[in-house]
Amino acid sequence: MANTYTLISSVTVGATAVANIDLTSIPATYTDIVILGSLRTNGNGAGITVTVNNSTTTYSSKRLYGDGSSAASDSYLTSGLALAGGTDASSYTANTFSNFLLYIPNYASANYKSISSDAVSENNSSSNYMSLNATLWSNTAAITSVKLTPDVGSLVQYSTAYLYGISNA
Amino acid sequence: MTNKIVVDCSTGEVQEIALTAEEIAEREAMAEQYATQKAEEEAQKAADAIAKSALLKKLGITEAEARLLLS
Repeated sequence: MANTYTLISSVTVGATAVANIDLTSIPATYTDIVILGSLRTNGNGAGITVTVNNSTTTYSSKRLYGDGSSAASDSYLTSGLALAGGTDASSYTANTFSNFLLYIPNYASANYKSISSDAVSENNSSSNYMSLNATLWSNTAAITSVKLTPDVGSLVQYSTAYLYGISNA
Repeated sequence: MTNKIVVDCSTGEVQEIALTAEEIAEREAMAEQYATQKAEEEAQKAADAIAKSALLKKLGITEAEARLLLS
């Protein structure tokens, strides 16, 4: 049972939008890692993909999502990467941000890695997304980096990502 | 020029670095793939709506009546 949350790193996007946030050299000293993201893009509707160790292969993902009027599930295969969730886009209510919590248990183990997340967008509209996402990364390497990239557009100012390490007792 | 933020979690150093040509190409490919996927989803939604409407017409019931039957 997790009993600690240690902030490893945090980042806030400055005045100039950026293509992605790359958390590198993640220490292998924790049991699990958690990323809390609050993101907004200047693109036209997008998800946030997750790339670990700069690997672009052996991900298999499923997502369950709802948009305020209907629900659906599918394999999320954009670029064959994992999904952190949808994000607020340029058309969304000004100054709102999406939120997600992404969990990677046993990230430094020699087993395949599971990556799961829950995410919501914020929008003063009838169309608004929430999702549950699960990915298996079929690779036994320890995860040392996580990249968060919007499908479309760039991450705008005040978008944040916090990386926590969780240690079991 | 598009930058990325790179955080070195072992030192806490945060850098803004320009994307390489390869990264820019990857980014463009991802956007294109997203657009294709989105278009396919929209097309599927539209096809489903047409099929649903045709089925309701065939059954001679309204959408509200269909919902009532399934509740």
